Amino acid sequence: MQQRSDHSGAGAPQADVAVEVVGLHKWYGDFYVLRDINLKVARGERIVICGPSGGGKSTLLRCINRLEDWQRGRVIVDGVELTEDPKRILTVRRDVGMVFQHFNLFPHLTVLENCTLAPIWVRHMPKREAEALAMTYLVRVKIPDQVHKYPARLSGGQQQRVAIARALCMNPNIMLFDEPTSALDPEMKKEVLDTMVELAADGITMLVVSHEMGFARQVADRVIFMDDGQVVEVNEPKNFFDQPQHERTRMFLKQILN
Amino acid sequence: MSAIGGEFRVRGAAAHAGVFGWLRANLFSSPANAALTLVCILAIAWIAPPLIRFLFLDAVWSGEGRDACLASIAQPHPGACWAFVRVWFSYFVYGSYPMGERWRVDLFFLALALGVVWLSWLSAPRRDVGAGYFFIALPILSFVLLHGAPLIGLAVVPTALWGGVLVTVVVAAIGMVFSLPLGILLALARRSDMPVVRLFAVAFIEFVRGVPLITVLFMASVMLPLFVPERLAPDKLLRALIGVALFASAYMAEVVRGGLVAVSRGQYEAARALGLTYWRMMGLVILPQALGVTLPNIVNTFIGLFKDTTLVFVVGIFDFLRTIEAARADPKWTAPTTTVTGYVVAALFYFVCCYGMSRYARSVEARLARAGRR
Repeated sequence: MQQRSDHSGAGAPQADVAVEVVGLHKWYGDFYVLRDINLKVARGERIVICGPSGGGKSTLLRCINRLEDWQRGRVIVDGVELTEDPKRILTVRRDVGMVFQHFNLFPHLTVLENCTLAPIWVRHMPKREAEALAMTYLVRVKIPDQVHKYPARLSGGQQQRVAIARALCMNPNIMLFDEPTSALDPEMKKEVLDTMVELAADGITMLVVSHEMGFARQVADRVIFMDDGQVVEVNEPKNFFDQPQHERTRMFLKQILN
Repeated sequence: MSAIGGEFRVRGAAAHAGVFGWLRANLFSSPANAALTLVCILAIAWIAPPLIRFLFLDAVWSGEGRDACLASIAQPHPGACWAFVRVWFSYFVYGSYPMGERWRVDLFFLALALGVVWLSWLSAPRRDVGAGYFFIALPILSFVLLHGAPLIGLAVVPTALWGGVLVTVVVAAIGMVFSLPLGILLALARRSDMPVVRLFAVAFIEFVRGVPLITVLFMASVMLPLFVPERLAPDKLLRALIGVALFASAYMAEVVRGGLVAVSRGQYEAARALGLTYWRMMGLVILPQALGVTLPNIVNTFIGLFKDTTLVFVVGIFDFLRTIEAARADPKWTAPTTTVTGYVVAALFYFVCCYGMSRYARSVEARLARAGRR
């Protein structure tokens, strides 16, 4: 913790704020990907970001662990302001888990090795300890008997659950989910969403880019609607679905619920 | 495709109808196939008998000089002059390495063979120790053995006396051992975010690829002494070794780059999102996949390199092929068949080595595929 405050350039870290995004702009030439995004995520808060594709949701998510850079604005994660400084970027990434649309498991490593790689090489954990840790998470995502298989032998839903376990093995404070179920068949969606619901019950901070409105209703503290690189609407799930404030939100919901 | 289909049919047909069924299913399954089979049989019938006659039946197996291999009434059509190979064999292997010190070369061959087997046998015990042995202990041991170390009583043997298979193996081994890591570094540099690093890599790779190996070797051996006093110039063999290694690394860089491109962006992102540093990401996630994908091309480059080692003769180094050239010029053995016999030996040696590498690569590929990694 004290290391984190060393790296923070922005005053004292606020203990109750997990992610703070201030005036974030990103553009390529004339094309704006993100326009003036302001967002404060409290610790333990669960946020679902939805909106039409190309609206900047994934880009915003990927700014939080700096897989994307930006032209203007600030992103502060757990009190560490992300800058060009590689040390800060690594500090944040070690603290933020990420789950991708296409799982991105390492195909040359077994399920267990996928999960122990970062604990061993980033956290410098002894191998046995890392394996024990990985097993507890693999049991939680219900893959305990497939740990010595290679990812290609697993179904999509199983792969995504392994990806969740892999991220959890770093004991992150914040989890980012970038469309975790949109590459999956309906029945596999359910097993992944169930895992995410369980995770949400543990009180970890979650930012989820997803069109799973059922999940948003059940789990989210706030739903964010993004379009055209802007945050159009931020609302509690009940209000968001039942009486959306903006015309664009209404249109989007109508399309997606049909 | 057809090989796989063929295998299928072999099993099915063999069970039913024995040899004839097998022949019909595999060699005469269609008019086109039958025609090709006949052409191949004719070609074999045309080539094989004279070859067997020359290499074995009419061959001269022993003798002390050219007379044994010349045409005479007793042997109107003398075949391969194996007597010549028998007499010159140790020269082909050691070059002019002093007789009394040749056990050192044998020991080097043994140590190298141990390292190669240890590393290439994928289920060998303690392959990490094997890698340490191969990349650290073996080079030091080889240098001490081959070059000599007066401190421990091994006389220095100047590289001008080295020759034959010894030189070919040394040049090829050094080329392979250095070109792979250098090629990886160059490939990474070429994809780097840092413009200066990228520029250097591109300039080096494109320059070396744009120049024949012979030119590199000439530059190393002829031009270098023009700038550096002869006394300070490095050893001739060493210069050639450096030239070959740098040359091969430029090609290897392009091969590795092909593998890096084949690894999806998602792999880089997943590795970065876990907080891996650049080098850990490359070493643990990206390169193992990239090198696996591109293994056939790496071995292809190695095979090319192995054969390119013959070019060191242009700067006066007696590699295996050059020792055969030298031997066949010996007036004591001037006979029409000695030259051909020498070249047969050379072809056999290069073929066995290259085919071995190729088979090994195939078996590793099959193993990777079986592991379900692809």
